[in-house]
Amino acid sequence: MSLVSRHLEENGIPTVIIGSALDVVEHCGVARYLHTDFPLGNPCGAPGDILSQIGIVRRGLKLLEEAEGPETTWRTSLGWRGGDEWRDEYARVDDSNREELRLRGEKRRQQQVAAKASGETRAPMISEV
Amino acid sequence: MPGKYDVPYIQRTRDYYRAQGYEKDYVWAHHDEMPFTPLPKPLRECRLGLITTAMPDTVEGRAKRQVHASMSTPTPESMYTDELSWQKTVTHTRDLGSFLPLNHLRNTARAGVFESLSGRFYSVPTEYSKRNTTDKDAPRILELCREDHIDVAMLVPL
Repeated sequence: MSLVSRHLEENGIPTVIIGSALDVVEHCGVARYLHTDFPLGNPCGAPGDILSQIGIVRRGLKLLEEAEGPETTWRTSLGWRGGDEWRDEYARVDDSNREELRLRGEKRRQQQVAAKASGETRAPMISEV
Repeated sequence: MPGKYDVPYIQRTRDYYRAQGYEKDYVWAHHDEMPFTPLPKPLRECRLGLITTAMPDTVEGRAKRQVHASMSTPTPESMYTDELSWQKTVTHTRDLGSFLPLNHLRNTARAGVFESLSGRFYSVPTEYSKRNTTDKDAPRILELCREDHIDVAMLVPL
């Protein structure tokens, strides 16, 4: 998505990204980024929390309006209600799942070979995290 | 108890791929130059387009990993998000307001913060191949934004 944002900016359309993967967006380099420090999936606010969702959208619009140069990152002040365990859990690799992941990778590579043979040119990132 | 820290997604993804037996690390896009376009006019006069990584929850949206344009009104009841790397063990994507804020944007436009929400919103697939994004999808999104006379864009990756 950062690459799409850059392409629009290069062609005269101002953009704001609202996301939750700070390092990925900043590594790519974009014009305006509003960071929501939540698990991936709900960058515009927690499910059911309408007031926060409205607040995040408004803040994103404010950033669009007020940024004076590229690489302007703002953060929302919200915290995830369920605690912080999700930070350690995302894509965790340890002895409890190492063998399962190895087998999953083998299966995925077989699927990739089959997809390529059928002419498929697109593939998503791994999604079963 | 884990504390608060910014999750290092690049490193986590690298380790996760390695654990699945991939020998070549994924290389994340990186640039030293940052493009920046200032607002062409006051926000209250701008038409806004919304761009998501979620696909339409239709037969075509589920089957085809490509750019899609969908009507903004009425807000769809659901979006297809299964192939995206969001944290499925701790949250869900059944509330569109949490990742595709069409309703909130429509109401904000009514309040006069910006001029209007584009009649269509756009889906762009997350891609392992950066070339597919830069050579095909990003130019297609630009075309759609121009067709719909969009002044500013809000991008919301899951």
